[in-house]
Amino acid sequence: MKPADGTETGARALTGQVGAFTEPLPHGRGSDQSHDRKGGVAGLSRRELFDLAGPGLFLCFGVDWLAAQEPARLPARQGYPTDLNAYLRIAPDGRVTCFAGKVELGQGAMTVLAQILAEELDVAYDQVDMVLGDTGLCPYDMGTFGSMNVRFFGPALRGAGAEARTILLQMAGEQLHAPVARLQVKGGLVTDPATPGKSVTYGQLVQGKPIQLRHLQAAPVKPVGGYTVVGHAAPRKDALDKVTGKAKYAGDFTLPGLLHARLVRPPAHGAKFQDADTSAAEKAGARVIRDGGFIAVLHDRPDLADRALGLVKARFERPGPTMDDKTIFDHLLKTAPPLRDAGSSGDLAEGEKTSAAIVEQTYLNSYVAHAPMEPHSATATVENGKATVWASTQTPFSLRQQVAQAIGLAPEHVRIITPYVGGGFGGKSSGGQAIEAARLAKATGKPVQVVWSRAEEFFYDTFRPAAVVKIRSGLTSAGKIAFWDYKVYGAGEREAKPYYDIPHQRTLSAGGWQGGNPPGMNLSAVGPWRAPSVNTNTFARESHMDALAAKAGMDPLEFRLKNLSDARMRRVLEAVAKQFGWKAAKTPSGRGAGVACGIYSDAYTATMAEVAVDPKTGHVQVKRVVSALDVGLVINPDGLRQQMEGCIAMGLGYALTEEVHFKDGEVLDRNFDSYQIPRFSWMPRVETILIDNPGMAAVGGGEPPIITVGAVIANAIYDAAGVRLRQLPMTPARVLEALKKG
Amino acid sequence: MERTISFTLNGKPASVKGEDDRMLLWVLRSDLGLTGTKFGCGEGLCGACTVIVNREAVRSCSVPVKDVAGKQVMTIEGLGQSGLHTIQAAFVKHHAFQCGYCTPGMILNAYALLLKTPKPTPGQITKHMEDNLCRCGAHTRIVDAIAEAAGAGRGGVR
Ligand code: FES
Ligand code: FES
Repeated sequence: MKPADGTETGARALTGQVGAFTEPLPHGRGSDQSHDRKGGVAGLSRRELFDLAGPGLFLCFGVDWLAAQEPARLPARQGYPTDLNAYLRIAPDGRVTCFAGKVELGQGAMTVLAQILAEELDVAYDQVDMVLGDTGLCPYDMGTFGSMNVRFFGPALRGAGAEARTILLQMAGEQLHAPVARLQVKGGLVTDPATPGKSVTYGQLVQGKPIQLRHLQAAPVKPVGGYTVVGHAAPRKDALDKVTGKAKYAGDFTLPGLLHARLVRPPAHGAKFQDADTSAAEKAGARVIRDGGFIAVLHDRPDLADRALGLVKARFERPGPTMDDKTIFDHLLKTAPPLRDAGSSGDLAEGEKTSAAIVEQTYLNSYVAHAPMEPHSATATVENGKATVWASTQTPFSLRQQVAQAIGLAPEHVRIITPYVGGGFGGKSSGGQAIEAARLAKATGKPVQVVWSRAEEFFYDTFRPAAVVKIRSGLTSAGKIAFWDYKVYGAGEREAKPYYDIPHQRTLSAGGWQGGNPPGMNLSAVGPWRAPSVNTNTFARESHMDALAAKAGMDPLEFRLKNLSDARMRRVLEAVAKQFGWKAAKTPSGRGAGVACGIYSDAYTATMAEVAVDPKTGHVQVKRVVSALDVGLVINPDGLRQQMEGCIAMGLGYALTEEVHFKDGEVLDRNFDSYQIPRFSWMPRVETILIDNPGMAAVGGGEPPIITVGAVIANAIYDAAGVRLRQLPMTPARVLEALKKG
Repeated sequence: MERTISFTLNGKPASVKGEDDRMLLWVLRSDLGLTGTKFGCGEGLCGACTVIVNREAVRSCSVPVKDVAGKQVMTIEGLGQSGLHTIQAAFVKHHAFQCGYCTPGMILNAYALLLKTPKPTPGQITKHMEDNLCRCGAHTRIVDAIAEAAGAGRGGVR
């Protein structure tokens, strides 16, 4: 449905929609052929392709062939190859293989990139096969994170597709003896309407060879208005693999002689290895590799390797007492580096003078784990001076460097293949498991698989950093924000600076997920966690905005709009309010309704939620969430909605239950019993609104809607119960405590 | 104890030799080469390893292989062998997955539900699926897909 205001609304809920599903499904219509096609190029399997190309060499490229060509003038491809053949290959049967260094984490990269290429090339979406994250076949890419697929790689792929289409049409014109301007192309078939019956396909034109580059005056990309594939829902490319169990993840590769490795791990961060007795493991039939504290037991059965690991007696010296999940916040304030300015203007003292009221508060959030369902996994072979590693990673190209360095090979002799990845969320940017597998494959001369246990997954996770935010702010008697003094410790400065109209403001930041943290500041390595920094900063800012609204005696939406001239933000807020049916009221109104908004990587989002708070247990049930998102041009509306729904579901976790428990370097959470992630019964009714903004180039949508979830729930709890939770997660215990204090 | 265990796997006889207290998950994945069954937690907490044993959903990471001797075991590879099963088709239609790692377990757990309760209410679906974890947040689509499959099956799964 498309209301007149240019927004589009989709509703998903656990209840109330069942009646609609009465049509029988076509049963038994499998499409087995398409499984076989995956990764195939011109009828070759990936394995054959690799043999043909060799690691490091691009598929079928004679270097001479490349040198003989002068590079054509090309649309900008920032940081990506200029040769269009790095991105695509057309087989004689017309099937197009698209090569991209991005990986499929579940976010739908495979689908969206196929849509982009099909659009520019004028082939059918179904004609495109994707090869992703294979350093032996795909153009270099810095990694799949930060919602950058469509934002940065998208334009490069568009440009390559447009250039290919331009050259192919010239070739077709020559073959059909027709002026290019007269030609029409659909599904890779070029026809000349002036001479019916005459046609040639892309497949026939290039015969499975690279496209010979030409000097082009221009290779225009399609205007957005001419899109037929982009902007429409497309069936996910990975669907059949994933529902049939055929989808292969890094731990699903089996090679002759494969050994499964389990490694001896320290009991706590900071523990020092002393010695180990591995004799019992060896007696039980496991192979043992030792290199100082790097000790692995290997067996041809993964569970028996695990049993053997249990027989190893290792001694570690534990670190002295440091901090735990309760003292971490004081610890952060003590150990953080000096605050740095992340955006200031006006004069805070002046702002204080014009303030009728001051609101000063501190907001906290704990470490949060990525906890993808697929643990870090890798399968490696090292043979004849060449390594191949199948790895669950978000950064195959930097992993190639790391593996090469770890086993003493040149990077061009290392090939990282990224199969399907079972969730990343920023946590698969470090490739420890792949390095371990490669080292062990080299040491044993056999293929080796390393799959981290759930406990290892928690222990080695690069957590979302714990953080403290302190805000001091003032209100004028007219309900305007007079000044804003913001300090964030530990999380990082992204989107910390407010977008509200504030004459006097200062934003300071110390440390963060990107680094710059002194040793000992954090429990262990911290890193990017879906929308890094921004969950923390949005929680603090939007909670505080609510507190200011309450202080001013104003409706929280009205208060925001009163202090906001950013047109895009006003638009998402107004769209979400309309769908939600927001009724202006002073908080707490008892209804349990909340609002929050934010910006992430040039995407604008606003969220409203309705919650119920159980006064006896402190349990918070989120009943309804409405989320609006403006990412500019929408490439795949249903794909975007999937990401929004996923963000809201995942956001419930950091809002309500997720925090890493630890003490003196030991991570106390080892599995999903103590570390609770969202479940079916937690799911609210979710309604998603896509803001129509095709005039702006697409930016990523896989992260933005998660940033508001903490604040929108905190604000809804305040509206329901009159208590403000300033620490994430808002566990039942914390809610009860707040209720008790009143 | 070292011995040979025989059972029916996806409609065909199967047997494995070895310690009979090894967990079914690992026997399926490494001895029998069926990698559609996933490891997520190893302690019965996530449901990624769900398979069907004698028409019940079980967590194969926590079931010793000796417990399935003589029984009927079905994995995701055994579902819809002659084309997509109704539940699979509904998962495709609703895009009821993202990374897909939880999906085989989700589908088989839903299969067990529909065997017992051919026309579940949304509440029954939620309750039955509660302990299968999905980190990508495909929950609402999974429920929609199961509801649709139940409707399509006209009161049951094949
Ligand atoms: S792996 Fe069996 S329940 Fe998680
Ligand atoms: S689809 Fe990724 S865990 Fe469910």
